[in-house]
Amino acid sequence: MQESISFTPQLAASPVAELLWLIPAVPVVAAGVAALLKQSRRKASATLAIGAMSFSLLVSLAAFAHVVGLWLNGQAAREVVNFTWLQFGSTNVDLGWVLDPLSAAMLVMVSFVGLLIFIYSVGYMAHDENFTRFFCFLSLFAGAMLGVVIANSLLLLFMCWELVGLTSYLLIGFWYQKPSAAAAAKKAFLTTRVGDVFFLLGIVWLFAQTGTLLFYNHGTGSMEPGALAVLLTQPACFGLTAAGAIGLLIFGGAAGKSGQLPLHVWLPDAMEGPTPVSALIHAATMVAAGVYLIARVYPLMQAGSLTGGSTASLTVVTWVGASTAIFAALIAVAQNDIKRILAYSTVSQLGYMMAGLGMGGVAVGMFHLITHAFFKALLFMGAGSVIHGCHEEQDIRKMGGLKADMPLTFVTYTIGMLALCGFPLLFSGFWSKDGILEAAQHWGVAKGPFYMLVFGALLTAFYMTRQVSYVFFGYWRGRKSAHESPSVMTLPLVILAFFAMALGLIGTPVWPWFRAFLEGRAANFDLQAFGEPGLLPLMGISTVVVFLGLGLGWTIYGAKSPAPEDPDPLERSVPVVWGWLRDRLYVDELYGVTVIAFYGWWARVADWLDRRVWGGVVAAVAGAFGLWARVNRFLDTNVVDGSFDKGCEELAAGGGLLARVQSGRVQTYLRILALAIVALAAILIWSSRA
Amino acid sequence: MNGIPVLTVLTVLPVVGAALALLAGRHARAVALATTLASVALALYVWLQLPANGAMGLVERAAWAPSLGIEYHLGVDGLGGLMLVLSAIVTLMSVDAAHRVHRQPGLYFGLVLLLEAGLFGSFTALNFFHWFLFWELSLIPAFFLIKLWGGAKRGPAATQFFVYTMAGSVALLLAFLAVFLSTGSMDFPHLTLLASTGELEQMVTAHLGPVTLWLAVGVLAGFAVKVPIAPFHTWLPAAYAEAPSPVTMLLTGAMSKMGVYGLLRIALPLFGPQIAQMRTPLLVLAVVTVVMGAWAAAAQKDLKRVFAYSSVNHLGYCLLGIFALAVPAVSAGAQASQAAALNGVILQMFNHGITAAALFWFIAMIQERSGGERNIDHFGGLRKPAPVLAGLMGIALFSSLGLPGLNGFVGEFLIFRGVFSLVWVAATVSVLGLLVTAAVILTVIQKVFTGPVPEQWAAFPDLHGGERLAMAPVIGLMLLVGLLPQLIVDSVNPTVVNLLAHWRF
Repeated sequence: MQESISFTPQLAASPVAELLWLIPAVPVVAAGVAALLKQSRRKASATLAIGAMSFSLLVSLAAFAHVVGLWLNGQAAREVVNFTWLQFGSTNVDLGWVLDPLSAAMLVMVSFVGLLIFIYSVGYMAHDENFTRFFCFLSLFAGAMLGVVIANSLLLLFMCWELVGLTSYLLIGFWYQKPSAAAAAKKAFLTTRVGDVFFLLGIVWLFAQTGTLLFYNHGTGSMEPGALAVLLTQPACFGLTAAGAIGLLIFGGAAGKSGQLPLHVWLPDAMEGPTPVSALIHAATMVAAGVYLIARVYPLMQAGSLTGGSTASLTVVTWVGASTAIFAALIAVAQNDIKRILAYSTVSQLGYMMAGLGMGGVAVGMFHLITHAFFKALLFMGAGSVIHGCHEEQDIRKMGGLKADMPLTFVTYTIGMLALCGFPLLFSGFWSKDGILEAAQHWGVAKGPFYMLVFGALLTAFYMTRQVSYVFFGYWRGRKSAHESPSVMTLPLVILAFFAMALGLIGTPVWPWFRAFLEGRAANFDLQAFGEPGLLPLMGISTVVVFLGLGLGWTIYGAKSPAPEDPDPLERSVPVVWGWLRDRLYVDELYGVTVIAFYGWWARVADWLDRRVWGGVVAAVAGAFGLWARVNRFLDTNVVDGSFDKGCEELAAGGGLLARVQSGRVQTYLRILALAIVALAAILIWSSRA
Repeated sequence: MNGIPVLTVLTVLPVVGAALALLAGRHARAVALATTLASVALALYVWLQLPANGAMGLVERAAWAPSLGIEYHLGVDGLGGLMLVLSAIVTLMSVDAAHRVHRQPGLYFGLVLLLEAGLFGSFTALNFFHWFLFWELSLIPAFFLIKLWGGAKRGPAATQFFVYTMAGSVALLLAFLAVFLSTGSMDFPHLTLLASTGELEQMVTAHLGPVTLWLAVGVLAGFAVKVPIAPFHTWLPAAYAEAPSPVTMLLTGAMSKMGVYGLLRIALPLFGPQIAQMRTPLLVLAVVTVVMGAWAAAAQKDLKRVFAYSSVNHLGYCLLGIFALAVPAVSAGAQASQAAALNGVILQMFNHGITAAALFWFIAMIQERSGGERNIDHFGGLRKPAPVLAGLMGIALFSSLGLPGLNGFVGEFLIFRGVFSLVWVAATVSVLGLLVTAAVILTVIQKVFTGPVPEQWAAFPDLHGGERLAMAPVIGLMLLVGLLPQLIVDSVNPTVVNLLAHWRF
């Protein structure tokens, strides 16, 4: 369990902190300008987007350098800039932004990976007719995502969060003429919105209890001890405190965005979007926003834990994360679409991050988030390069032998794959995943997650080996021969591949620089850290597991190149299980017959109630009036005579209004109105006399 | 009264415009545009003149029939002022959308302007007598607009609309007469004062026996139909669907707010304790309005009926906020929640008005181009031939969905903030409405704008220059309110504080 971070009280904001808002604002403005550009201004749109993103990267780097500088001087600091956005009664709704190690690290990752993907997109989308619009949406996304990162207010974070969801929707459905893309976009938005309504309830609850939505505000923020103490004294339900209940509601939002069980169903479908979008939004950044959110509200999640213990909300986070990790990894084994395999892999890795947060704290989860962003963006962009080279083919059974045709893509992809599998020592994924396993090993609540995550690691190595064997080894099974992608696409791959390896250096047990940075402690180089009890055996276990996965995969699939029509080797041995996994364990089907069926059924009920029940009551009342009118008319014509007759007929017509539909009887209505006004006046006069 | 009676001028202006429009024949629309533009300017002027302390401003008083308690008494606060601005903008948008009125344009635009006068009159009146006259008067032009220019089933729709609302009005009138008989006053501020000390109830009981609760029911019935509250909403889908789209803009954008306004100006101030007594059933109805409105929208195929039910859902949030805050505030926290809910309700009135009017404006544009086709299943891929229409309507749709950064979010957020701590169950069930609304709106986008383009719509004309120009300020307003809601809240919040201080539950 991570010890609570003790930062020096917030400093007066430095110039770079004051200007932090520029990081999201510039891409948003670029998007606004690009939205007004004609479709033909392709170059202008791309230049604008890349220029804005470069600017954001530079400011992010400056902010990062500033925070690192402070930290090296022993002043681990958190700088906040807050302002009032809205006032109701005498309550202020404040927004603001925060510069601390967490936001600084995330800023650099998002803007750097984002910039590389923007550049890559110039090549990937070169032939798309809506090229201009694409860069507009990408910029808007980047702005919103960077807004999520710097937000110092749960409300501002939520606003940017929803905007991120909107851009995700727009980009998944970018090829809107494809019905499947349009459906996937809608599914993504609605599934994440299910999480978001929980999130919204968490926000209003937190706001009502603490009177602020700021995270940090010189002691009065909602993530600071004063507010947390209040939350801990409020009982909620099921034995939870308000802190626990609010934490769980916020986790609902995080689970939606980060594709955790049972809200993971949208993420694989999101692969309908262009591949750079999958890399940027649905692998590296947006889906990680849920993890980042939990890291941001960690003081709340952690509130009330005894030393070394866990809290209800963190326990839930851990179990959901571990279950997601293994569930998605299982499904990934039996997929044949190159992007879908990566999508399920992303869901699975997000589960690792959540479990890491739940058991090991902010630094453990965040380190995996950062390393994963690099190697998964690399894998997706490599997959894009493969798809591009294979003339838009996505089925791995129709590929093969690409290592000769696409050497650069092959080498970089393999680096990404080894990082994802957690190949020992050389690759960043090994160190970040080991951090999580180590935390799981020491988790005081249960041992289950540890075994689940170890098994997940085995599956990861296995399904990635299967994929790489199908795609790059054996012989070519497609039609037209493949070709290597242009350098505007491969250069970003090379850069990401470098970081997929190098980033491991800042997170090894002997020099846990990243962790120390996030926690505001000094980073010491200490070889004896390997001597910590259990550490070396753990590294041994994870190495064995990785090699086992790689070996199994290679034995079954390596360079065998089965024809596309042949059943998978595993399918032959365990057809039933394979069928389940191939059909994604029937979660979509389950939702189809429950949630979606209920939605349609209830809509029909609402409509039926309106037409038949309420409408029927109205019709009955109208019928009664009509009957009365006819009786009146009968009495009028047969019993009463003379001038009174006429007045009654008017009344009768008034009663008949409901029943009989007459068009153009304007005079009647006016007369009724006149009558009503006369009656009103008469009553008034009579009553004033009394 | 000193200086120019601005509020009277504001109300008379459209009446004069209506007379001119009747005579102008083919140029009636130009006259109407000029009049509504001037009304917007004047309404904005009134908005800027509001007193900073949230009290009534620009008050005009003149004796009329003192023995009957009738006095010409006008005034605006943040609530009334905002509704004036909203009515003026929505009427302008409606006149703009009605560029295809070939039959009797003089009469059409004359009636639209009369309706605007009715709105202005009822949002400024502080005496029941002329408030009620304007309330009823606005009904008549609306009735004829539906009846004479509506769709195929306009007859039953107009009649149902008229009779339903009339029935509500009769209940309202009877209840108010009882109040007048007991107190001898029809003055809203005076009656509010009486109610805040509990005298009102004593006087009613002394004169008429223990009937205050029934009077509250009568008043609520009048507003329940107008807003509407389920199950008194069945006139609405037919009326909204059969009215010509520019008239639907007026019905949903401005007239539906008269009901909510009445709840805030009359029902809550006068019958606070009675409404507090009936709070649980009323809250149930509000939640039903929110949830079932959204779900009924999901079952519709006609674009106009979809957004008619969606309007029911959106106004349901106003009802939710209003009924949730009708409870004695025992703590500072509860007072903050009441203030949040009431600010949210007023913002929601404005934002729904703008957004719903914009949506029906777009529907009018689509209908013009599709030869009257409105079934969402018969469209597809319109984003291809009409990207600007799709983009701008998309913004309005996401505003309706409650996307942060656009106007729709702010009111709903404040309402949920308030309601959650006052009645958490109601808020928790009502979030279903948020979800279902999102599903409805995304389904509309999916069916109308995405997928392959059917052959018949391959040459669907996009918005032309003038139409883009007309909609740009509205979209700008949605963004402005979404990003800087304090621009409005600055004037609304003092009124909210002021109102809450005078209400007793």
